[in-house]
Amino acid sequence: MKLLLIAEYKNKKFLESNYELIAFADKLNADYVMFGVGGGSDLPKCDGKFYLADSEKAGEYNPSLHKKLIAEVMEKEKADFIVLSHTSYGWDLAPRLSAELTLPQVSEVVDVSGNNFILPACNGKLWRKVSTDGKGIITIQGGAFNPESDYEGTPEVINIEVPSVETKVRFEGYEKAEAVGVDLTKAEIIVSAGRGVGKKENVENVRKLAEALGGELGASRPVVDSEWVEHSHQVGTTGQTVAPKLYVACGISGAIQHLAGMKKSDFILAVNTDKDAPIAEVADVLVVSDVNQFAPALADKISSK
Amino acid sequence: MKILVCVKQVPDMESKFKLDKENKWFSEEDLAFRMNEYDEYAVEQAVQLKEQTGDAEVVVVSLGPDRAKEAVKKALAMGCDRAIHIKDDDYYKKDSYSVAKNIYEYVKDENFDIVFTGLQSQDRGSAQVGVILAEFLDYPCVTTIIEFEYNNGEIQVKRELEGGEKAIVKVKAPVILTCQLGLNTPRYPTLPNIMKAKKKEIKAAEPVDTENLLTFTDIDYPEKKGAAEILEGDVKELVDKTMEILKQKTSVLK
Repeated sequence: MKLLLIAEYKNKKFLESNYELIAFADKLNADYVMFGVGGGSDLPKCDGKFYLADSEKAGEYNPSLHKKLIAEVMEKEKADFIVLSHTSYGWDLAPRLSAELTLPQVSEVVDVSGNNFILPACNGKLWRKVSTDGKGIITIQGGAFNPESDYEGTPEVINIEVPSVETKVRFEGYEKAEAVGVDLTKAEIIVSAGRGVGKKENVENVRKLAEALGGELGASRPVVDSEWVEHSHQVGTTGQTVAPKLYVACGISGAIQHLAGMKKSDFILAVNTDKDAPIAEVADVLVVSDVNQFAPALADKISSK
Repeated sequence: MKILVCVKQVPDMESKFKLDKENKWFSEEDLAFRMNEYDEYAVEQAVQLKEQTGDAEVVVVSLGPDRAKEAVKKALAMGCDRAIHIKDDDYYKKDSYSVAKNIYEYVKDENFDIVFTGLQSQDRGSAQVGVILAEFLDYPCVTTIIEFEYNNGEIQVKRELEGGEKAIVKVKAPVILTCQLGLNTPRYPTLPNIMKAKKKEIKAAEPVDTENLLTFTDIDYPEKKGAAEILEGDVKELVDKTMEILKQKTSVLK
């Protein structure tokens, strides 16, 4: 089996997550070639061919052009699968390739089992198995396929011509994340509020527990979108990725995007009324309780010591 | 201006899911259904754009079984003008490519200027239909938008990237935009608008024959990997047990 791995490049850097694409290839015991739009100085360490398009010409975000370049490489290499990360770059590009090449797309693969790919459904509460007839476009979930050791090697670079085409989508640049009020990545203890707290005022119950433990307040995406907590506290793929000594998930069911941002914590305590919530997959302990009763009670107990 | 919004009806994600008899999808028994959360932002943006420009028609399209009409009615009550309901009991057997093809067949001759869809559905989460539809229509497409501005035919959006970063993108109609959570604040339909919506047209359409690219094998519960220790009981008991565990297993309680 041969894979065409699509490396991701942002802010003039190839991303560390590109090694997860190689780990996926290794898991499938497949050969691979890589493609990336980027600069030439920090290519992923790997063996084999790397088709490189100059990002100065092709732009970091120019999906119709990137699609075209990948289709050309595919024509040459005749790979069985094209593999991308399931990120804002990958999920944007993959369906375009699916339509262009009339190949099935498998989104957000978390595991493989024989010829089947496993995908989460319904917030990770169910797993779907799907297959293709040996060809397709795949996006893999961040953190699902991890390199076992550091990769070595120097790719054989094949520079590809970038045609000048008129683009209808004009990328004007990046806007940095708003100044981070709290750097959660350095916190040893994080106590996060999720939708299960019920309403804005109840966030105080979680904040109280965070204070009692001497930790920082975190939050899941729905809580931030509802403006109960500021974005700078958000944990998950679109917020901060954390790995504290203790992570307390209060009323957080455990959407995949949240889990990806905190599952590497040393110890995870979850508080949830639903003991089947997906957070139980990564938690060490799940306390089945209403967070608005449990969190203040635990805070009082800790403070009274 | 003509605006299209694509919506899907999905189960409430807080539900307990059971498998259907064939292990192909979830059983619909005992589930409550609602409009896909991402699509609520799409509908809201379409209606806001209509209010801004004053002369737009907003059409909502949905593919799904009879119950999906409820999501369509909600979109109409939020301010869409008319609807196309592609009634399909076998909706769950279609892959994203087939769903996009179906929508394409019913919208290709309408010359929409702007199409809003959700970034993804909450149940399948493939994030494909909007982008594939754009490829079929040969429209440019910007995914994962978190900000939208329209000014005399010029559109500026911000895409949400990872870690809170955004990409600023300019584009002109016709275009398809897929909406991320937090793009706006979706309105609640008011009672007068719910009444008004009852008079709006919902065109019933038949699904067209399409072939899937993907093969659906089956569906199951996730493999339990690091199953958590479950603590149950009254709050006082739970607090004591938790204290004990935190003392033993972590170094955070001094």
